[in-house]
Amino acid sequence: MTVSYDNSKTIFEGIKAAGITSISALPETWLGLLLQRAEDDPDMQLIQVAKEEEAVGIAAGAYFAGEPHILLMQNHGMFGALNGIVSLAQLYGIPLCMLIAVRGHWGEPYPWHTRGGIVTEGILQALSIPFEHARDPEKVGKQIQEAWIFSQSSLSPVALLLTRDLMED
Amino acid sequence: MERAQCIAMLYPELEDKLVVTIMGASAQELYDLGHRENFFYLQHAMGLASSIGLGLALHLPEEQVIVLDGDGSVLMNLGGLATLARYRPKNLLHIIFDNGSLLSTGGFDSHTTAGITDLAAIARGAGIEHVAAVDSPMDFGEAAVEALERDDLSVIVARVKAVGPDNYGMDLALPENAFRFKRCVQERKAAR
Repeated sequence: MTVSYDNSKTIFEGIKAAGITSISALPETWLGLLLQRAEDDPDMQLIQVAKEEEAVGIAAGAYFAGEPHILLMQNHGMFGALNGIVSLAQLYGIPLCMLIAVRGHWGEPYPWHTRGGIVTEGILQALSIPFEHARDPEKVGKQIQEAWIFSQSSLSPVALLLTRDLMED
Repeated sequence: MERAQCIAMLYPELEDKLVVTIMGASAQELYDLGHRENFFYLQHAMGLASSIGLGLALHLPEEQVIVLDGDGSVLMNLGGLATLARYRPKNLLHIIFDNGSLLSTGGFDSHTTAGITDLAAIARGAGIEHVAAVDSPMDFGEAAVEALERDDLSVIVARVKAVGPDNYGMDLALPENAFRFKRCVQERKAAR
């Protein structure tokens, strides 16, 4: 299994088409090609964090600054960012548009990812974070735009879950 | 030296800056001097004040951003110092009030008590070039003036007593602070 070059390109184009100019991220395998494009694009600011919770703070700063900003992370990274999501974004009404690589679900060969994959949707539901699955490269661009719009109108975190169908060839 | 003294010294300089504080005593002491629309008080999510400052500074290069942080909060986001160093926003001053105590949550010793952990050394080790460690009001004032004139990322670690205000409370709901802070930032942006 390899990370999909074409779909990584499609997702990045969707991010650009949604008007996003700034990304905070922690690199992970599925996001690698996507983040490479962000790094190479002179019109995109990529901020790599040491831990995903920092990205919640950076996203809040970008929101105050009026800069269209999204977060890219793995589901396990989101777990490490939970207090920031709850006690900054949700507490203060700050939008977060999160694109989350969901490891550890259907077809997952690596044991270490599985527990996180199994609990991801339950955690999102428990926190009332609206989410959609992105499986189809034909639709992912529209889904990114919709996630962005909904985060801004609801002043809430929203999650677009990037699945194996989309991220692997 | 007390943190309230340092914040009072800084206060006249804050009018044209964007200011992010951590929870508890730091937020209250600033608020008690007189709230301004360009102040954002992070009353929870310990550790993220410097990350908010980074997000502001990188996206608003024409603004000067000041973060009022504390030892307990910084210890929760040490990686954030490395991220600051990597992106090195010229317009960010990160002030860490080190009282060696988790004062707002019961006054337990923090890891910096008795000099066990040296936050200035950690900041330098993270790759931040301009780090000052001060323990007197005069040195704090000098370090702050230098940092504000420097046009580069600066950190000041100010050793202060573990004391805070007698009373806590703000006439400012948390989302209200966020909405008004954002509006203030946007109005300043539009006025440029």
